[in-house]
Amino acid sequence: MRLLNRPLGRLSRHRRGPVAGLLVVVLGLLLTGGLYAALSPASAQTDNSAKLIKQGHQLFLVGCSFCHGTNGQGVKTLDGNQLGPSLVGVGAAAVDFQVGTGRMPAVQPGPQIPQKEVTYTPDEISALAAYVASLGPGPAIPNPSDYSLNGLSDQQLQEMIAKGGQIFLTNCTACHNFEGSGGAMPKGGFAPKIRGVDPKYIFEAMLTGPQAMDTFSNGNLSVDEKRDIVAYLQSLQDNPDYGGFGMGGIGPVSEGLFAWIVGIGSLVGVAIWIAAHTARSTTRKDSEVEDTQHEWEKAEHR
Amino acid sequence: MSLDTSKIADTNKDRPATAKKPNRAGAVAGWADDRLKLGTLTKVFARKVFPDHWSFMLGEIALWSFVVLLLTGTFLTLWFTPSMSESAYEGSYTQLRGVPMSDAYASTLHISFDVRGGLLMRQMHHWSAMLFIAAMFVHMMRTFVTGAFRKPRELNWVIGSVLLLLGILEGFAGYSLPDDLLSGTGLRIADGLVKATPVVGTYMSFFLFGGEFPGDVIIPRLYIIHVLLIPGLLLALIGAHMLLLVFHKHTQWAGPGRTEQNVVGYPMLPVYAAKAGGFFFMVFGVTALMGALLSINPIWKYGPYDPSKVTAGSQPDWYMGIAEGLLRIMPNWETHIWGITISWNVMIPGQIIPFVLFGMIIGWPFLEQWVTGDKREHHLLQRPRNAPTRTAFLAAMVTVYGLLWAAGGNDILATHFHWSLNSITYFMRVAIFVIPPIVFYVTRRWCIGLQRQDNDRLLHGYETGIIMRSAEGGYTERHLPISEASAYTLTARNRDEIHQIESDVDENGVAAPDTRVARIRAKLSRGMFADNVQKPTAEELEEARHHAEHEHELETGLDHPAAGHEFDDHQLRDAGDVPLRQH
Repeated sequence: MRLLNRPLGRLSRHRRGPVAGLLVVVLGLLLTGGLYAALSPASAQTDNSAKLIKQGHQLFLVGCSFCHGTNGQGVKTLDGNQLGPSLVGVGAAAVDFQVGTGRMPAVQPGPQIPQKEVTYTPDEISALAAYVASLGPGPAIPNPSDYSLNGLSDQQLQEMIAKGGQIFLTNCTACHNFEGSGGAMPKGGFAPKIRGVDPKYIFEAMLTGPQAMDTFSNGNLSVDEKRDIVAYLQSLQDNPDYGGFGMGGIGPVSEGLFAWIVGIGSLVGVAIWIAAHTARSTTRKDSEVEDTQHEWEKAEHR
Repeated sequence: MSLDTSKIADTNKDRPATAKKPNRAGAVAGWADDRLKLGTLTKVFARKVFPDHWSFMLGEIALWSFVVLLLTGTFLTLWFTPSMSESAYEGSYTQLRGVPMSDAYASTLHISFDVRGGLLMRQMHHWSAMLFIAAMFVHMMRTFVTGAFRKPRELNWVIGSVLLLLGILEGFAGYSLPDDLLSGTGLRIADGLVKATPVVGTYMSFFLFGGEFPGDVIIPRLYIIHVLLIPGLLLALIGAHMLLLVFHKHTQWAGPGRTEQNVVGYPMLPVYAAKAGGFFFMVFGVTALMGALLSINPIWKYGPYDPSKVTAGSQPDWYMGIAEGLLRIMPNWETHIWGITISWNVMIPGQIIPFVLFGMIIGWPFLEQWVTGDKREHHLLQRPRNAPTRTAFLAAMVTVYGLLWAAGGNDILATHFHWSLNSITYFMRVAIFVIPPIVFYVTRRWCIGLQRQDNDRLLHGYETGIIMRSAEGGYTERHLPISEASAYTLTARNRDEIHQIESDVDENGVAAPDTRVARIRAKLSRGMFADNVQKPTAEELEEARHHAEHEHELETGLDHPAAGHEFDDHQLRDAGDVPLRQH
């Protein structure tokens, strides 16, 4: 031990000044205090968020705890199924998405919780979000600058759209369809239509992976890439339907129905019309023509 | 075939017609006639008689759609590049700019966005392809349900069936060409179907795609199949189909003056030339409207094909929906023997069932002929109700088709009606075996019911809607005899004969040899025809007439204007001399 320590001890003996120890302590204290002052929420703010969390908890107990448990820990049914999942670590973004789009509070458990009218006010939603965020660290509600397309030049936007289209076709169309019209999932679940959805919710959905959806964390798809997808979806919305009426944007099934109903329907109608208007050699009414018609009518012998 | 042409022209086979006033058109026609013998040809074709009925024009929809396909398709070939070599897109559709894609896809984008009228032509081409096959189906159903496939037209039935199959293949080849995400997914399924062939599947797939899927030869190969091989076959077969139609002459509905020996209708010139020509423009117009107003196959939204990608709502065009549905509801059965996997889950729905169904359709005329032993020529059509088993068979087949199409779109059903995808699959697995037989049974009984109703009309007349009150206070509805023409039409059908074997034992009382086939035939014959209602005999009709006359005598004198209706049109007329309705 001594042999090992000696060179180090000697070196440090050379470096150490008489007040060095004191200086280190003072510096350490200053740094800690300064960082704390700079990074910790102001005390007034702390009060505020504590209040918000408390308000959120009250709302949570009334509207959410039946399925998610009084502390957001999740509830299991008697036969071992999950009634509501644990909300520890889902973050504020998940609450903002689920409650903000009207999916939560759910009317009943099921394969998929459908979208309904939004129940809570924005203030209540942020209170709920604050409470759930306090349960454990999770993704926060994104800044508008993360998903907003404002203030971008046409050139930038175009690049984003082209890139976003590729990301979209790779990651999203398999469930949400090429136009974001949505698609079916097993056992009654479905990927909802995502055309015309508020960019914030698109972003939050990718961030938190609601219900059956995969989570695309920022490490997986960066914030910029998420914004590219938002830009592509927006462009689908903005572009005119180049080919005419899109028939729901669900692909060949509706095309086939239109071919049969509109196409064959109208052409059979035309055939009936043509067959009904038979040859007439005079402008007199049909009943009068009956006799002359037989002159026209020919019989060919086999 | 001797025709009295004196009413039409001052000519006959030996002496050319002489125009009253010589004119330029006549000179040109004369010049051409001298060299091409147009006169003889025109005489045959221009005066061909066609009967008038809307259902005889359904095949024409297919014919004119084919013409539209040729016209628009030729336009598309001027710009389409059938190549899978890749480059970055630099065209005017900004959303895909810079994205690597095949030349086939890039040139389709070019046609859609940079060629004047290109998108319209693309959409018209695609819509008319859908209509072409749909019209063939409708035409085929009409032919089937009226028994127009009977002798001498069995061969034309086979040609028509082959046309349908070729049309479907042509459509598949066509929508695979743009090399977009959807068409690539379709090709991947085709690859899977080929690979499901036991033992040699992988080899076949490698031959087809020139290596591992997707390779870089499939699009050029499909292109030449799509623009040369199949259209050539289609053209030749359509030609044969129509020549046979002219040769056999068109079938017609039964009616006064219409027999197995004649065709009653209008001549090609001028009536049918005008009607058919007009119909072409209507078909073209409807296709143009659909192409202009309804978006079809928006390949720019699908993006270029990439085997790692797929989109929800991937479906084939409607006519392949049956194969898609079969694949989607097939249980996942596989057998592994000696290191080889036999994929029943793909082979049965992809390679076996479609051809079994197709074989049933193409073979029905021959089955029916074998069972009935009817080798006579038939030019008068049967009403669907007068062949209940056949009509019911068609209804069941249509049901199978509809169910499978719905199964192929199970994801669309799931999202639009909020059903569970799994439940739809389980339902379809059962429904495909249960519902068609139910439809068969109901349709058959329905037809037989209609036959009974026809007999009622023949024997008891039609319901006049006049309610008679007897002296005792009972109410009856007065029936009046139907017109002679209607009676003729209703009775212009053959009685069904049920084939019976003379004896299935030989003289020693032992089961006779070689009677098994005959027994099957007899059984089928009984099954198909025994329940049918036959038309009344001449005696029965005569008796019914006497009965009606007797009734009429009893009822004369009972008629008088109903109280309160003395002066309006609701007066009860004397039914004796003015029938209430023309029936």
